Amino acid sequence: MPLYHNDDQAMLKDSVAPFVAEQAPVAHLRKLRDEADATGFSRDLWAQFTEMGLPGMLVPEAHGGLGMGHMEAGIVLEEIGRNLTPSPFLSTSVGAVAALAKAGGTQAGRWLPAIASGEAIVALAIDEGAKHRPDRIATTATRAGNGFRLDGKKSFVLHGHVADMSIVAAKTDGGITLFAVPKDAKGLTADPRRLVDSSLASHVALDGVEVDADAVIGEVDAGGEILDALLAATRTGVAAEMVGVGQGAMDRTVTYLKERKQFGKLIGEFQGLQHRAAHLYGEMEVARATVMKAQQLLDEGSEGAKLMVSVAKAKAGRAANLAVREGVQMHGGIGMTDEYDIGLYMKRDRALAEYMGDVHYHIDQVARMNGY
Amino acid sequence: MSDLDAFRAEVCAWLEANCPPEMREPVRDEGDVCWGGRKWVFKNDAQKQWLEACVSKGYTVPDWPKAYGGAGLSPEETKILKQEMKRINARSPLDSFGIWMLGPALLKFGTEEQKVHYLTQIARGEIRWCQGYSEPGSGSDLVSLQTFGEDKGDHWVVNGSKIWTSYADKADWIFCLVRTDKANKYQGITFMLFDMESKGVTTKPILLISGNSPFCETFFDDVAVPKTQFVGEINRGWDVAKYLLGHEREMISGGGAGGDMVSIGGAFAKAIGKNDHGELDDPILRAEMAAFDVDVFAYRAMGERFMDMWKTGRAHPASSNMMKYVGTELNKRRHELVMAGGGSDALEWDSEESKGGARARTWLRTKANSIEGGTSEVMLNVIAKRILDLPGA
Repeated sequence: MPLYHNDDQAMLKDSVAPFVAEQAPVAHLRKLRDEADATGFSRDLWAQFTEMGLPGMLVPEAHGGLGMGHMEAGIVLEEIGRNLTPSPFLSTSVGAVAALAKAGGTQAGRWLPAIASGEAIVALAIDEGAKHRPDRIATTATRAGNGFRLDGKKSFVLHGHVADMSIVAAKTDGGITLFAVPKDAKGLTADPRRLVDSSLASHVALDGVEVDADAVIGEVDAGGEILDALLAATRTGVAAEMVGVGQGAMDRTVTYLKERKQFGKLIGEFQGLQHRAAHLYGEMEVARATVMKAQQLLDEGSEGAKLMVSVAKAKAGRAANLAVREGVQMHGGIGMTDEYDIGLYMKRDRALAEYMGDVHYHIDQVARMNGY
Repeated sequence: MSDLDAFRAEVCAWLEANCPPEMREPVRDEGDVCWGGRKWVFKNDAQKQWLEACVSKGYTVPDWPKAYGGAGLSPEETKILKQEMKRINARSPLDSFGIWMLGPALLKFGTEEQKVHYLTQIARGEIRWCQGYSEPGSGSDLVSLQTFGEDKGDHWVVNGSKIWTSYADKADWIFCLVRTDKANKYQGITFMLFDMESKGVTTKPILLISGNSPFCETFFDDVAVPKTQFVGEINRGWDVAKYLLGHEREMISGGGAGGDMVSIGGAFAKAIGKNDHGELDDPILRAEMAAFDVDVFAYRAMGERFMDMWKTGRAHPASSNMMKYVGTELNKRRHELVMAGGGSDALEWDSEESKGGARARTWLRTKANSIEGGTSEVMLNVIAKRILDLPGA
């Protein structure tokens, strides 16, 4: 498959890009922020997403979804990134769907149709500390009665306080097991914190949460592969969103270079800035290609996908970070003001950079996957 | 089975039957690379046999039309052929500035007669070409070139000199930018083709910091060039030159992908050693190598996307400048790490163990990557102007 969007994907982009730009531009984020919105996203906007079938893009057709791939989901995420749109799309429609579809069984049958119909918001309760270390899960699931008892603490759980269900990774006797924990489970509490980018992420406590045996996603002790599928999909999704953030920041900055005058010239005439902008352009193009390659390999079910996913998260992380840093610097003083959007891009980039493993984590993963 | 699957199967079978085992070994030195031409001496029978097999199938230039020595493959088929050749580690049957640079220019600007004549020679590896672009006073500011062709009715008399002419001393013919109108800077250059054995042509290799001399100074003293031997229009050679530069930049950018080296950290694991956790026993170098590997894997994806788009007319016409900039900077970084990974062994200049100082010489050679074919700074200027549309650029 060539590494560019085919006609169907281009059509999808042509419908999603103007939709997100009109319905959820940066002003939409500002409104939610200024009203101290407690949900973390607009349910009206989610209803509009649902009308377009977006929440169920990755849900298999048998479960009421569109059965599309990561390349298509990436198109939506890039626009979400470009417009800094607060949305549960990444957790619910990408990460959770990847896990549930991989696992199949009862939980897939219960939640996938509800995600596709826009009724269910799902959170991913994976991280436990300030840094992403999914191979060091301390949360435990012990057999109790007909099911399991969950104990532990989770952090950086996006939409955790409003999710209808949380996917919880826990240690079981013989490995890792994933659980679908409904929001009304006794002993489950979510403490939402406002982050630098105005999003809400929860510290989730599991104090003797009792779940039935059929809450297991997939099989007991066999959650490792499902977690891998969840991580690969979510990381690729964040990377796509970061390409959108970086592109949005770069486009605003290049426009500004063509408007702002100093020393009697447009500042875009200065070679010192031209070269930095051109360098940034190259980095963004490489990041975009890399993310597309990861999406393509995931969609093909290729063995090389895991490596490329880490490469994509790392590369998109570097490129988007450069875009927002150069963006603020090239905007000069007004780049430091709340009034200008460029600072909001810097904030969102920082939050996404950390989510599901930062640049350093993924560079390390690339070294390990290459045997050093 | 789709048509492309059938094609892949056919390619596999053909390669299996026609690519000699010796041609599936990694390239070890310059002699392993086949450049063809009138003076070419094949290193061994396998090199000759592989070239001839590819020539007969049109696989030296698979995407060129059959009438000009190619195989007439579509972009998808060409990609499959390259993938399958890579899979069996097949060497390139023929490296050639004719294929990479002059060919694309002739395909776009040449007459039918020129295409049949020159492209077929290039495809067969019969004529080795060199490029006469830079002059002592015209490097980055190429359009200021002064080599002059005086109009003598049915021919020009060319005087002047070129510099950095790659392998001019080994080439049979030259494609050369010659000023034919001193009053008109951009529209006063003609893209000429002539034989390096013409009377008045001399070459002088330049000793470089690598200790090698791949580049020459080339002098023209009253060289007579028939007025049929030009591409495009007289005085409009700059259009051809710019188009060709796009292909040259695309070619040079390929070095960024790193050829056979899958992962730099993996390649040095043995030399540097590992700790008990299986990590390179030099944590800071490991981190730099891993960060570099990320950029290489990323660049390979970029290369794939760029070629997919370039071959189907989807790429921005100036995007080869971006590829050249990113790819050459990456290759320079690679060889800094190769030297760091090799330690004092990599410093050896002529020992047998160092294969004649291969690492040190290659490291030094790569410093030219971001100068030749347009400097990194010129690439950034072009991106700023033509892609980002920045003012006054």
